[in-house]
Amino acid sequence: MPENKIKTYSIIAAGFGGQGVQFIGKQLALTGMYLDKKVSCIPSYGAEMRGGTSNCTVIISDGDMGSPVTDNPDILIAMNLPSYLKFHKTIAKDGCLICNSSLVSEKSEREDINKYYIPATDLSYEHNVPMNVIMLGKLISATGIFTFDEFAASLEKSLPESKKRLLDMNIKALKLGFDYADSE
Amino acid sequence: MSEMVLMKGNEAMSEAAIKCGCRYYFGYPITPQNEIAEYMAARMPQAGGFSLQAESEIAAINMVLGASAAGARVFTSSSSPGISLKTEGISYIAGSDLPCVIANVQRGGPGLGGIQPAQSDYHQATKAMGHGDMRLIVLAPNSVQEIAEHTVLAFDLADLYRTPVMILTDGALGQMMEPVDFGKLKINKPPEKTWAAAGHSDKRPPNIINSLYLDPKDLEAAVLERYKNKYNIIDEKEVRYEEFDTEDADIVIVSYGIVSRIAKVAVNMLKDKGVKAGYFRPVTLSPFPSGRLGEIAETAKRFLVSELNMGQMTDDVRLAAGCKKPVDFFGRTGGIITTPEEIYNAAAKVLEE
Amino acid sequence: MVVFDRPKSLTDREFHYCSGCMHGVVHRLVAEVLDELEIRGKTVGIAPVGCSVFAYNYFNCDMIQSPHGRAPAVATGVKRVHPENAVFTYQGDGDLAAIGTAETVHAAARGENITVIFINNAIYGMTGGQMAPTTMPGQVTSTSPYGRKAEIQGLPIRVCEMLSTLDGVAYAERVSADCVKNIRAAKKAIKKAFEYQIAKKGFTIVEVLSNCPTNWGKSPVESLEWMRTNLMPYYPIGVYKDIELNKKPEVENNA
Repeated sequence: MPENKIKTYSIIAAGFGGQGVQFIGKQLALTGMYLDKKVSCIPSYGAEMRGGTSNCTVIISDGDMGSPVTDNPDILIAMNLPSYLKFHKTIAKDGCLICNSSLVSEKSEREDINKYYIPATDLSYEHNVPMNVIMLGKLISATGIFTFDEFAASLEKSLPESKKRLLDMNIKALKLGFDYADSE
Repeated sequence: MSEMVLMKGNEAMSEAAIKCGCRYYFGYPITPQNEIAEYMAARMPQAGGFSLQAESEIAAINMVLGASAAGARVFTSSSSPGISLKTEGISYIAGSDLPCVIANVQRGGPGLGGIQPAQSDYHQATKAMGHGDMRLIVLAPNSVQEIAEHTVLAFDLADLYRTPVMILTDGALGQMMEPVDFGKLKINKPPEKTWAAAGHSDKRPPNIINSLYLDPKDLEAAVLERYKNKYNIIDEKEVRYEEFDTEDADIVIVSYGIVSRIAKVAVNMLKDKGVKAGYFRPVTLSPFPSGRLGEIAETAKRFLVSELNMGQMTDDVRLAAGCKKPVDFFGRTGGIITTPEEIYNAAAKVLEE
Repeated sequence: MVVFDRPKSLTDREFHYCSGCMHGVVHRLVAEVLDELEIRGKTVGIAPVGCSVFAYNYFNCDMIQSPHGRAPAVATGVKRVHPENAVFTYQGDGDLAAIGTAETVHAAARGENITVIFINNAIYGMTGGQMAPTTMPGQVTSTSPYGRKAEIQGLPIRVCEMLSTLDGVAYAERVSADCVKNIRAAKKAIKKAFEYQIAKKGFTIVEVLSNCPTNWGKSPVESLEWMRTNLMPYYPIGVYKDIELNKKPEVENNA
């Protein structure tokens, strides 16, 4: 991560509609908000809602909130091949790629970014937990943007009463991603 | 513990409207503002209010006319093509001196255009929101918190001046989630509406809500009166803007709404390169902060306007600057959001000339 | 003893209507009903665009002047804010059945608890005698100078028949202002419509066949005769919907 006076992360999460991309964006923004950071999250929508790729841009800042959009995200969460192809060249120098290697067979040749590959889709079938939360687990251990406990607490807080039973499954997925040893 | 909630701009606008006493909403589905109608449909019954999906934007704005004439705080929303349909009703509302709040969550145009964010209804909102000698107050918030605050402000200004007020956002602000603190909203009680048409109970002469004056002398007098006691006072008292480092600036970047967030980053990028860059943001697009821009033009060397359209605000900035200083434009249109880098590059290019 | 007086629900303003025009009579009928039901103080009227645009000067209750055709939408706004008010629109054929068709049909479909007084005189009066959606086949107007032709301008709309198919409509009756007997019946219909509204039964409409001596180019007496020989056979008077009688479309032809 680039070291600034004020720490600001820009994150793009992208994947197929239905992979839980918007959940990733909302949960990252919520966690930042609970920690009194400035946050914004712009989802893609409209035509992109229907079957195609879905993406969202999240900004998390300790300082003033600036632009809610970016050409060069610090972090890319690529959940499928089209998303990887569309965005991985835009990652800022010294930035970070979190890649779902179950669906992205390619490896980035960039040397100026940190690259993490995790077979999240395979893991999610194997352990019967949500794939997008596995990706989030990998994201926070790779970047240190939040601690495990901070993120787990935000998951618990944001689950409505009617869905509290899903908490254990989500924590399990988060831990799976968080502890996953890099394959590269 | 934080009182913040994470909400989309469209949702925050709806909740703020309810918080400040609006109990009537009339709308029609159109992307990217559907969250407003959906939120109102769910929340209004809980709040003891009423929300209706009309048969068209035309019907919706006329239901607003009726509800406003009957004395209620009333709200409608749409996006660009739908706003065009509302222009007839908006003109009648202005001509009948009725208060109401209208949100335009803009998308690209003309025609059916697109569904992605744009600011290409600037001219329509500020100059031609209906036929006749009329204007609206137009507010251009740039964050979800400000959308909530401007919604409350819009209802207050509408009631104070008995005028329609437009909240001009775009698909990005409408769909964007940010924390919002409703505890910060200053809620004022609406004034008593003794002019409303809600039945006179034999206690007063009939109230007539009307915009028709067949005698030209009467119509001219009514329009003059509206300018004197409404628009001119609004021009004097309700101009709002934000700025920094505009004095002696080599370049002042002028932008509003979502673009002002992006332009601010570009201004700071220019500063990092040693450029004396300034930032100016009209918060009210109507009334336009011409006076302050004119003052800035005395010392600043040039302006760069940036919008999500083909430069609709540029002439307003030129006029405000009295054509003393060059005014350039950079923008994207059609639904593309400009980036800080693009604005920075555009500024760097004009500075080289 | 006063045997004939101005209804309290009319102001002192002199009507601007042309001589022989029945608008004034229908205004009076509505005003008498407001008086008899003692609802003037809680009534809000919606004036249209057309000859009766100045209705707001004549009715002695709160009045709103609406954009062309939008009166039922404006009435919806008022009624939803004040459900206890009596709300009526007063609209002509161009206003209701051309530019305002959508607002009319959807207010009816929603069962808006309002009363629509619909003046059908088969022509645009205020703008100077242009063709209306209810203009008769063959009728010459300034925009159908060779007579209305089905293959060019289509055929007239029968509003009561059309609206009576909608479940939201509680009461739909067509009456005629051509003679004393029918005018008396018209008042009964208008009263019933307001009574249904007060009882919250749903959308009520009274279509009043009327005349336009000026733009028809006829004397007042000739115009009434023309109504009887031309309009009334095409637009039969009668009750088209009455939810109290479970009345389905049915015609009682007095022509």
